[in-house]
Amino acid sequence: MKALLVLEDGTVFEGKSFGKQGEAFGEVVFNTSITGYQEIITDPSYKGQIVNMTYPLIGNYGVNPEDIESRKPWLEGFVVKELSAIRSNWRSTQSLDEYLEKNNIPGIEGIDTRALTRHIRLQGAMRGVISTRNENTNALLEKVRASPSLVGIDLVKEVICQEPYVWKEKAPGVRPKYDVVVLDCGVKYNILRHLSRVGCRVKVVPANTSSSEILKLKPDGILLSNGPGDPAAVTYVVETVRELLGRVPIFGICLGHQMLGLALGGETFKLKFGHHGGNHPVKEIKTGKVAITSQNHGFNVDIKSLPGKDTLMTHVNLYDHTAEGLENKKLKFFSVQYHPEAGPGPHDAGYLFEKFARMMK
Amino acid sequence: MPKRKDIKKILIIGSGPIVIGQACEFDYSGTQACKALREEGFKVVLVNSNPATIMTDPETADATYIEPITVDMLEQIIKKERPDALLPTLGGQTGLNVSMQLAGKGILNKYKVQMIGADKHAIKKAEDRKLFKEAMKRIGIDLPKSGLAYNMQEARKAARRIGFPVIIRPSFTLGGTGGGTAYNAGQFEELAQKGLEASMISEILIEESVIGWKEFELEVMRDKLDNVVIICSIENLDPMGVHTGDSITVAPAQTLTDMEYQRMRDAAIRCIREIGVETGGSNIQFALHPETGRMVIIEMNPRVSRSSALASKATGFPIAKIAAKLAVGYTLDEIPNDITKETPASFEPAIDYCVVKIPRFAFEKFPAADPTLTVQMKSVGEVMAIGRTFKEALQKGIRGLEIKRDGLSGIAYKDAAALEERLKTPNAERLFYLYIAFKERYSVEKLYALTKIDPWFLENIREIVEFEARINKENLLEAKQLGFSDRQIAARLKSDEDSIRRLRKEDNIEPVYKLVDTCAAEFEAFTPYYYSTYETPFRNSRNDKKDTFTDDEMRGSAKKKMMILGGGPNRIGQGIEFDYCCVHASFALKEMGYETIMVNSNPETVSTDYDTSDKLYFEPLTKEDVLNIIDKEKPEGVIVQLGGQTPLNLAVPLEKAGVKIVGTSPDSIDRAEDRKRFSELVEKLRLIQPPNGTAVTVEEAIAAAKKIGYPVLVRPSYVLGGRAMEIVYDNKSLQHYMQQAVWASPERPVLVDKFIEDAIEVDVDMIADGETFCIGGILEHIEEAGVHSGDAAMVLPPHTLPKEVIEKIRQYTYALARELNVVGLMNVQYAVKDTTVYILEVNPRASRTVPFVSKAIGVPLAKLAAKVMAGAKLKDLRFTREIVPRYICIKESVLPFAKFAGVDIALGPEMKSTGEVMGIDTDFGRSFAKSQLAAYQNLPVKGACFISVKDQDKKQTIVSVARKLLDLKFNIISTTGTAKFLADHGVYVTTIQRVSEGRPNLLDLIQERKIHLIVNTVSGKVPRQDEVRIRSRAVSFGVPTVTTLPGATACVRAIEALVRHKISVKPLQKYHRKVTRKRWKK
Repeated sequence: MKALLVLEDGTVFEGKSFGKQGEAFGEVVFNTSITGYQEIITDPSYKGQIVNMTYPLIGNYGVNPEDIESRKPWLEGFVVKELSAIRSNWRSTQSLDEYLEKNNIPGIEGIDTRALTRHIRLQGAMRGVISTRNENTNALLEKVRASPSLVGIDLVKEVICQEPYVWKEKAPGVRPKYDVVVLDCGVKYNILRHLSRVGCRVKVVPANTSSSEILKLKPDGILLSNGPGDPAAVTYVVETVRELLGRVPIFGICLGHQMLGLALGGETFKLKFGHHGGNHPVKEIKTGKVAITSQNHGFNVDIKSLPGKDTLMTHVNLYDHTAEGLENKKLKFFSVQYHPEAGPGPHDAGYLFEKFARMMK
Repeated sequence: MPKRKDIKKILIIGSGPIVIGQACEFDYSGTQACKALREEGFKVVLVNSNPATIMTDPETADATYIEPITVDMLEQIIKKERPDALLPTLGGQTGLNVSMQLAGKGILNKYKVQMIGADKHAIKKAEDRKLFKEAMKRIGIDLPKSGLAYNMQEARKAARRIGFPVIIRPSFTLGGTGGGTAYNAGQFEELAQKGLEASMISEILIEESVIGWKEFELEVMRDKLDNVVIICSIENLDPMGVHTGDSITVAPAQTLTDMEYQRMRDAAIRCIREIGVETGGSNIQFALHPETGRMVIIEMNPRVSRSSALASKATGFPIAKIAAKLAVGYTLDEIPNDITKETPASFEPAIDYCVVKIPRFAFEKFPAADPTLTVQMKSVGEVMAIGRTFKEALQKGIRGLEIKRDGLSGIAYKDAAALEERLKTPNAERLFYLYIAFKERYSVEKLYALTKIDPWFLENIREIVEFEARINKENLLEAKQLGFSDRQIAARLKSDEDSIRRLRKEDNIEPVYKLVDTCAAEFEAFTPYYYSTYETPFRNSRNDKKDTFTDDEMRGSAKKKMMILGGGPNRIGQGIEFDYCCVHASFALKEMGYETIMVNSNPETVSTDYDTSDKLYFEPLTKEDVLNIIDKEKPEGVIVQLGGQTPLNLAVPLEKAGVKIVGTSPDSIDRAEDRKRFSELVEKLRLIQPPNGTAVTVEEAIAAAKKIGYPVLVRPSYVLGGRAMEIVYDNKSLQHYMQQAVWASPERPVLVDKFIEDAIEVDVDMIADGETFCIGGILEHIEEAGVHSGDAAMVLPPHTLPKEVIEKIRQYTYALARELNVVGLMNVQYAVKDTTVYILEVNPRASRTVPFVSKAIGVPLAKLAAKVMAGAKLKDLRFTREIVPRYICIKESVLPFAKFAGVDIALGPEMKSTGEVMGIDTDFGRSFAKSQLAAYQNLPVKGACFISVKDQDKKQTIVSVARKLLDLKFNIISTTGTAKFLADHGVYVTTIQRVSEGRPNLLDLIQERKIHLIVNTVSGKVPRQDEVRIRSRAVSFGVPTVTTLPGATACVRAIEALVRHKISVKPLQKYHRKVTRKRWKK
């Protein structure tokens, strides 16, 4: 069946539908990871976005029950050059097509995904629609233009857990030592897995939990999770973080990192087309060591906007020199813009979880 | 970290001659390294015996030694040059091994040379099986299970622990005999027993078999700060059991989830750290069980490799160049990524296309060789293709192989059983049997069971086969997206290539060119490295549906452009020499202000380095693919005479399509290549050609031979490398040949030439601009006529030809060049008998010997040729007079017999060598000795020599050879016939019985290493079984063997030089200073 992808500037790509038939709106971004589509699809940070995979051959290894980053897929739509007609992997239980169909996510294949990527790189991320319903491109274009943009919208509330829960997956051979509260803004399971691996008992609470309720749990440390959309729109979390600063060790990841920036009084800004992929080099300024990192963010902390001298930029992206890490020893927090938990992506930065554990000693 | 200040001069060792398993990729890596280091202000001393390399160009290094890569030679070079450091990881296994020997013998310590990149401990840990195993165990990386056993009881215990199937490898046997794979206890009992018996120390290694597992490779780089990045993942289509050089490989890996890929990545990083490769690239291989996902490490190469060359071309990340910079102290983040300019090299390339590498084999040259693909590499070259999908890349790769296939297609087979056998046993044509199997409606599951090729690959192949049957005029775009060539489509639609091309252009179905940019379009790329693909157009919502766009990233420019067509995959007869010429052309035309456009499909080469030319198109060299590029680029001209036969074959079709071929006109090329027109040319110039004729049928051939007189040389028209060329002595053999020559047709008749016996062959390379004609070099063959010029040793300047003969050769050559109005290079082959000079053939193109001659005379002929083709004059380029050097240069060929057990090593009219070396010194003996050392013929200085010659060779020459050897204190052993002949001439030697007469015989002596040199000339077309056994045994034991009389004479002169003189070394730059100084004076 035919499917159309219409961008807000009027560009139309015609391809074949897969997954769920229907219509879906979102900000179109591209992801340069070669492997890991299942993790990307289940990453809550993609709420509100249509993801274009730059690697052209997708679906090759199907979908399995283990490589999930949350309870369900979140992205709005999925764009690939060629969807594999076969799934070949010993762990695979389902094809990508079936999986997206079951989870109501429309996909489009057979378009020039590199042309789309170049278009976004040059013009910036923009809204778009995948549709199998409507062939009238002008009508679709109008709908796209009427659809909400990411800026100023709180997407976090859509993806968070409703009730606090305890992460039960045990890391083999690890005796838990620390109680960690994860403030869930759309947390990826791999963060929770990493925390248990470094000896944490993990309790996940929804983003709208107040600081007093969090402190009542007497955590040894708090992890501010990743999550979707514009950080500036999630004011209630910024407020909570401000109240928590200095009380217990805090580790912020991605949106959590941005929350810390905002809580300190800094500002965030939107990147032209964001960082989405698994190959960005990030340098730790103190040691000069470079980690190849997993990245997924459309906004960034403006390092110059941070007041005071106590918060240091610890990491820098070697591609565009944006800030990738902050640390404030007085306030006992550190954070990174990228994803040390990987899933998908390289494991180079996994040591940060150990650092967090050490802070709680 | 800044670059190191404590080292100033660095020694780089190349990989020597092209052999199976070690080809131009090390010229590519070495050249990159030399450039990178000199850019940083280091002095580079380079050693390589292979003259056909860019790295041995005198401009590439500060001091270039074209000398044998042996410990002795290297010690002399080190003593003379006193380098501070040795970078051992860029010259393949050869460079690595000799570096280890230098370290092991204390030579590096003695001269205070430090190894940079990887030190001897790291190299040893990676190369030594036992140390490697222990190291991997220490860091918890799984390996195939294994155990040693010394008796059956232990063996059974080990087998039980490991589980079937197991591989049994006896230790210390000769030639790997006595091993095998046991699938059950019954087979195991037998094989283990045999293995224990075969082992001299009664020891067998029992190892878990990973045959049929999925195979992967990672290319890893590490810097001084311990930053590690993976440049590329590669998945082998052929599962474990086939050497990766012989496998179809795909980049990136296709069937791993991120979790599995990251697990492999983590293991690779742990591995490079544990082994301790300090800086640079390594290649790590893994096997994965297809049903359980168990991952084991197979091996690690602590150096750049063939796979790293492939990975560099597949990603745009120049591994060797970066490795060189890391070795002198930089860290990855300090080195910019050339392609994006703004981002650093400390990243992992993101690929947004699919790369397929397909090996090219040469089994047709070695009919007696076993064509089964095993863990020992047998392919001689490879092609790489890039597409947006695997299907597109695979089809482009197949047509790029130049094996007369326009894409995926079938192959004749006998019956289902035979088909399944060919599917089960890996072989060079398995892909084409798969095609047949899908045509026969085999399922993916069934074929997986037979081949163990991952179902993902099988399904993709199935889709190609299935679509082929559905091709029609309405789905051409889809067909093109699946990689179908116009010729395949034409065959399907009963049309022709040109009509399909027209049809598709009418429908606006044209390729777009996309960039290989290391970053999947995330950043702007500045390096124009392109591949073609057929993409689905997009449009603007407001526009009419018909008004569509495609995204073509080709950049136009106002500069005048020149296109150079490369040589495609290496094969016997067409290899690095032609790539060398193409690279020179590119450099030369750049100097003239042209924008240069390179088209080639061979990932091993320097020509496909993205910074060799202004633009690089990584495309198959077919008419369709080349015309597509020309349509967009519209170059001023196209150079076809430098890349060997591949581009030359395109000359006429391209010209017909309206393309301007620069240099010698396609009509002149045709006059030289077309048999009839050539005879007319020879007659017109009153030159002498051996009597000849043509034939399509047996009768015609016999009639021709009768007229001409035996022996005759028979061969097909339009081939390179003497394919199917034979010397025939009688009607019976001629009949046999003609029956085999099924390809013969009136358009392509069999050529029948008088074979001039005992003649000396001469090759001449010359250059002309239409006004000035200048000989580059006259090369006298050492072996007599009848040995293919690609296999013969050659001497420059000629060492036995009388002056008047040389003068005649000069005149003939000039006359031919004038008549053909040569613009560029021309090669002529002559046969000299007494003082008669016969002309054998004229090739109005670069020949295989151009790089050798250029190195010998110190003039870059290919560069000049390119300039001349672009309109420059030799006078202005200051090359108008032939240079005859005062020193002696010898080109020797290197043959692949060690890889093809049991194949006769005798030389003949069909070319079999894969590579060449050069020996330079002051006299013949020393130069020839160097050439033999460089070609791994370990000439003895004492010991025993076995001599046995055929009756025709029982003449004065062999008597002199024997006498000289006796003078040099050798023992001579001969069989009765030869011994008697020698005795009759006053030379008394020991006799030994023939092999057929019983034991002990020569075979035993070889095995006991009591024979140090063999002179054994070939008797007739079908050599006796004895001879073949002797020669192949000699190859397995590394005993130098000479199969011709002139070869024997030369060897003796070399041995004499070795016995009487110390062989010394001298850089090429010094030799050239001699000739150039003379030249400028004049």
